[in-house]
Amino acid sequence: MHGRLTVATAWRVLRQLSHDPRTLALLFVVPCVLLGLLAWVYSSTPIVFDHIGGPLLAVFPFVVMFLITSIATLRERSSGTLERLLTMPIGKLDILLGYALTFGALAILQATIASFLAVHAYGLHVAGPEWALVTVALADALLGTALGLFVSAFAGTEFQAVQFLPAFIFPQFLLCGLLVPLSQLPVVLHRIADALPLTYAVDAMSRVSAEPTVSAHTYRDITVVLGFALAAVLLGAATLRRQTK
Amino acid sequence: MQDIVLQADALTINREGQPVLRDVSFAMAPGRITGLIGPSGSGKTTLMRAVVGAQRIAAGRLTVLGLSAGSKALRPRIGYVTQSPAVYDDLTARQNIQYFATILRLPRAAVDEVIGVVDLQPQANQVVGSLSGGQKARVSLAVALLGNAQLLVLDEPTVGLDPLLRQKLWALFARLADEGRSLIISSHVMEEAELCNDLLLLRDGRLLAYGPKAQLLHDTQTKSVEAAFLKLVKGVTRAR
Repeated sequence: MHGRLTVATAWRVLRQLSHDPRTLALLFVVPCVLLGLLAWVYSSTPIVFDHIGGPLLAVFPFVVMFLITSIATLRERSSGTLERLLTMPIGKLDILLGYALTFGALAILQATIASFLAVHAYGLHVAGPEWALVTVALADALLGTALGLFVSAFAGTEFQAVQFLPAFIFPQFLLCGLLVPLSQLPVVLHRIADALPLTYAVDAMSRVSAEPTVSAHTYRDITVVLGFALAAVLLGAATLRRQTK
Repeated sequence: MQDIVLQADALTINREGQPVLRDVSFAMAPGRITGLIGPSGSGKTTLMRAVVGAQRIAAGRLTVLGLSAGSKALRPRIGYVTQSPAVYDDLTARQNIQYFATILRLPRAAVDEVIGVVDLQPQANQVVGSLSGGQKARVSLAVALLGNAQLLVLDEPTVGLDPLLRQKLWALFARLADEGRSLIISSHVMEEAELCNDLLLLRDGRLLAYGPKAQLLHDTQTKSVEAAFLKLVKGVTRAR
């Protein structure tokens, strides 16, 4: 790995996106519009919005970053550029971290805008500090990026990649504690939920929404989320093969 | 400089359990253009991918510039053009070449140089997705020409190019070979085979013949590579 090539790759990915302004617009606008819609839906019951607005602020950027990243890396594979890169003097981690860096930076921007809008435009009341809200949203967006990088290794076609959303993300969403509190889940499902990253992402957001100070539990949640993200990137690097059988 | 650029000893490669190359042996001298000739499905691309280290070898040995194929030290020393242009559609030609030049730790001047070599100055700042097939192929070729790769592995680099440009590129290939670089160029266009110094004929994953073009024509008592190829194929079929 060479830091310079990581940065060069990140810059290249950013330049690619700059030629595609519509994708960039969607990236920033979609989570904001969804949150606005949610606020509107619950306009007669603001207490409910305060309860689920935070956790969903964790979910929307996570999902968007997951999709964008998995398709982008799949394109790298199918265009033959990945094969070319792997025959050149560049580390596998340079390629993955380059992607992670650019999409991570976009995730920061996206999470910041969405959090700011949620609080200041949509009237989301969170008990905890605003920076904690942004931090958790950011960790979740990074998790989405990292998981997207990872699963793209297993997608042979765009059709498969798109279906990884329902396959990987929906089960996590059903089990994350947002629909039914974890304590009310059947024991087996509770155990499974404990092993899924989105559970911690949503738990962190719920805590920031409800607790006036940032507790050790919240920090633990954020650490777990970032740990999952790091593991996904490293596993993603392990799945890149310079040679085919 | 090595006496041998590329050496295969009883090279066998399988893909998905099926043998694609069987028991192929040859040794290539540097500074020559070697044409890799054979029908589609004969194993040309697989052999090239093995040379650049992208394809695992099942049995035998493949030595590139004195090192085992796939060695890390070979990566900056081989230029590779895949059959379909491996460049980013959503970058300009220059941005594409710039990125790969950074990976090879080359100065900015190297980018302009290869853009000039492949005649892409007018399109340099266009997004590759908006270029024609031939222009796109030239961007991909320009990337392979970056740096001073001693070995250039070009998989059908002139497909879809107009005759004038094709002629220019072959002149460029000849110039590169004169500089002492070695080129392996696959093609199924027999006219192009005539422009190579050496020929490596493949059929059904087996080496049909390898050697200087003149030698091949002499041995087969033919006047063109196409005729030589056909005669060799018939000979093999009869021998079976």
